[in-house]
Amino acid sequence: MTAPVHGSASFWRTYVFSQDHKVVGIQYAVTGLLFLLLGFTLMMIMRWQLAYPLRPIPIIGGWLGSANAPGGIMLPEFYNQLGAMHGTIMVFLGVVPLAVGGFGNFVMPLQIGASDMAFPKMNMASYWVYLCGGLIMVASFFVTGGAAQSGWTSYPPLAVIAPGQTLWLIGMVLLITSSLLGSINTIVTVVQLRAPGLTWMRLPFFVWAQFVTAFLLLLAFPPLEAAGALQLMDRLAGTSFFMPSGLVVTGQPLPISGGGNPLLWQHLFWFLAHPEVYVLILPAMGIVAEVIANNTRKPLWGYRALVYAVGFLGFMSMTVWAHHMYMTGMGTTMSTFFQITTMVISIPSVVILTVLMLSLWGGSIRFTTPMLFALAFLPMFGLGGLTGLPLGLAPTDIPLHDTYYVIGHFHYVVAPGTIFALFAGIYYWFPKATGRMMHEGLGRIHFWGSLICMNIVFMPMFIQGLGGMNRRLYDGGLQYAHNAPLLKWHVVIAMAAWTLGLFQLPFIANFFGSLKWGTPVDRNPWHATTLEWLAPSPPGHGNFQTIPTAYRGPYEYSVPGAATDFTPQFEPDAQ
Amino acid sequence: MEIPYTVEARPDTGWTNGKLAMWLFLASEVMLFGALFSSYVILRAGATDWPRESLNVGAASVNTLLLLASSLMISKARAAATGGDWPSHRRWLWTTVVLGFVFLGIKSFEYSEHLAHGEYPSNSTFLAVYFTLTGFHALHIVGGLLVMLYLLGPGARLYTRNPRHFVNRVECTALYWHFVDVIWLCLFTLLYLV
Ligand code: HEM
Ligand SMILES: [Cu+2]
Repeated sequence: MTAPVHGSASFWRTYVFSQDHKVVGIQYAVTGLLFLLLGFTLMMIMRWQLAYPLRPIPIIGGWLGSANAPGGIMLPEFYNQLGAMHGTIMVFLGVVPLAVGGFGNFVMPLQIGASDMAFPKMNMASYWVYLCGGLIMVASFFVTGGAAQSGWTSYPPLAVIAPGQTLWLIGMVLLITSSLLGSINTIVTVVQLRAPGLTWMRLPFFVWAQFVTAFLLLLAFPPLEAAGALQLMDRLAGTSFFMPSGLVVTGQPLPISGGGNPLLWQHLFWFLAHPEVYVLILPAMGIVAEVIANNTRKPLWGYRALVYAVGFLGFMSMTVWAHHMYMTGMGTTMSTFFQITTMVISIPSVVILTVLMLSLWGGSIRFTTPMLFALAFLPMFGLGGLTGLPLGLAPTDIPLHDTYYVIGHFHYVVAPGTIFALFAGIYYWFPKATGRMMHEGLGRIHFWGSLICMNIVFMPMFIQGLGGMNRRLYDGGLQYAHNAPLLKWHVVIAMAAWTLGLFQLPFIANFFGSLKWGTPVDRNPWHATTLEWLAPSPPGHGNFQTIPTAYRGPYEYSVPGAATDFTPQFEPDAQ
Repeated sequence: MEIPYTVEARPDTGWTNGKLAMWLFLASEVMLFGALFSSYVILRAGATDWPRESLNVGAASVNTLLLLASSLMISKARAAATGGDWPSHRRWLWTTVVLGFVFLGIKSFEYSEHLAHGEYPSNSTFLAVYFTLTGFHALHIVGGLLVMLYLLGPGARLYTRNPRHFVNRVECTALYWHFVDVIWLCLFTLLYLV
């Protein structure tokens, strides 16, 4: 049963409007990768403007249109559109769909030995709603006034006044709906469809990570949905939920009733968006755990600690949001509360990182491409987390807030952190999804090029930020004297960013080339222990020939006395 | 390929898939309305005046009674379906639907009165909150009514094929309807009475 068995299902039902979790997962993953590429491209254009402000953009400058870049020189409004859409696309349309919609959908049901998600129709719907939301967001570039310009955080009053925001909000409501459908599906699937014998403490850590992530999406997104609706009312019905009294725009008092509260938006937004950063990181940690166990050929050290830490992290992530708002003058009681919760939430993060590092100890490590990415994740995520601590404390955050230091911090966690983990996952599960290996040599070029470039891109941002350079300046801070010694770094970063772009080409070639020329594999090419490796590669409709039974924990590698160095979960005890 | 536990509960968890999904959905709804209610409290605390006297408490009280009655009706519809009494099930469910529509009718009457007096959401934070929160709730009523009409229409055929499955669906719908009812009680108290 290696070829998908679909009975009489038509092409459309099999590959386009499919309800099979594997097809939906691949649709999510490929769409997410395309959006990542788009978001990355926007950023490469912005980097020209920062490195060489007010100079015409070579080659593509003319394509951007005179409304955006007359004579190839980028207008400030267009820079703001690129910035807002870069952030939105990367977070909501790229990383989360790939990590949760892609990996969650494809791998999780296989790992729990299920034949599909609990609600296949809803699964399909969640993909199509996501795609609509994404296309609406992208389409906003082509309407008059252009795309949203108020950052991915969309703070009012600017967001209510500036053009482009309406489509952003509508897109967002669709994305939230999609993730609501997806998260309910994930939770129900994990609770209900675990194979016989697969008790909670035998679940692979990846499944735990997806499970906690789904709760975050379920509970943290609705407040943003509410906030989005209120902002939409402000824009379309002329209400003043987020609009204070006495606003004057370009010399004219705004004809609104006023009396609203702009800080209310910030609270509602960050109540989602802080848990959202854990939505970005937890699936990544799940992938890294799987890859590390498999390539060290030994059990994860401290599996239980991992599970408890991820649960606690999920819970705590709902209590720290206002650490993004120390600048709002919230008063010492409030700020003390949020400083304490922020320090407390760092503990489980460090526990997870420590467990993963200690798991390397004494292993006979196989340096495969997925393992290289997973290994690089550890120090990169570590750097990102470490630089977050000063931001969590008000006295150090106040000078650093809204500088390039913050940009450096979160990119270390998300780019060489999460995105590296996602690459690890792609190289690791590609043979399961397609029946063919990806090319190791190209994988290594991709890895080393990306690792070096990422660090040249993001390390200088700490220097710039500590030097006081603000984020979101369309000329890179040219007009401020204190930035003069920091401007040269923009050129370095731009060069490294474009080179980073070039180093993605081997990956793209590898991805498509391996579909055709990759070495064919059997069920379990990595000699792994979890249930997905029992299914054929690629698994047919319904995944397993018979529903498997789990006889043991997920990481029984190098069991003393065993015939091989891996004892899969599906292998019965030898009696 | 069959997905297990759509009809029978999984023994070790005690849930059917649908019922667990409904509870999770309601949890997310709690967060949605929680955010709306908190926004209301914060905005009202910062407002200079709050002319809630302009609201029609009489109409809203009638609506409260209607929704309470409809909750009772859907419980009866559920019990009848469980007990295999098909004609009473349909009668009670139809009654629920009618009560829901009357609720919407009275709500539209309230809206049109406000608009006729020139009271628009853009006039004040008070009206913005009033229209938006009740509007959100009304959308939830519409959603519930659509589901019930489906269960009375094309969805009813499931009863002959798989009565157990059908009853599960009615149960989930009832759960949702009670929730929407509770939200209304909160709205009625917080908007009209205090
Ligand atoms: C583990 C410890 C972490 C701590 C203590 C921490 C702390 C903070 C703080 C206080 C800020 C606000 C800085 C400011 O605006 O002044 C911030 C920003 C941010 N963090 Fe973290 N963080 C941590 C981990 C993470 C992780 C794991 C991610 C994502 C995967 C992340 C993503 C972000 C993002 C996206 C922002 C910027 C949002 C914006 O203003 O646009 N952080 N972090
Ligand atoms: Cu945060």
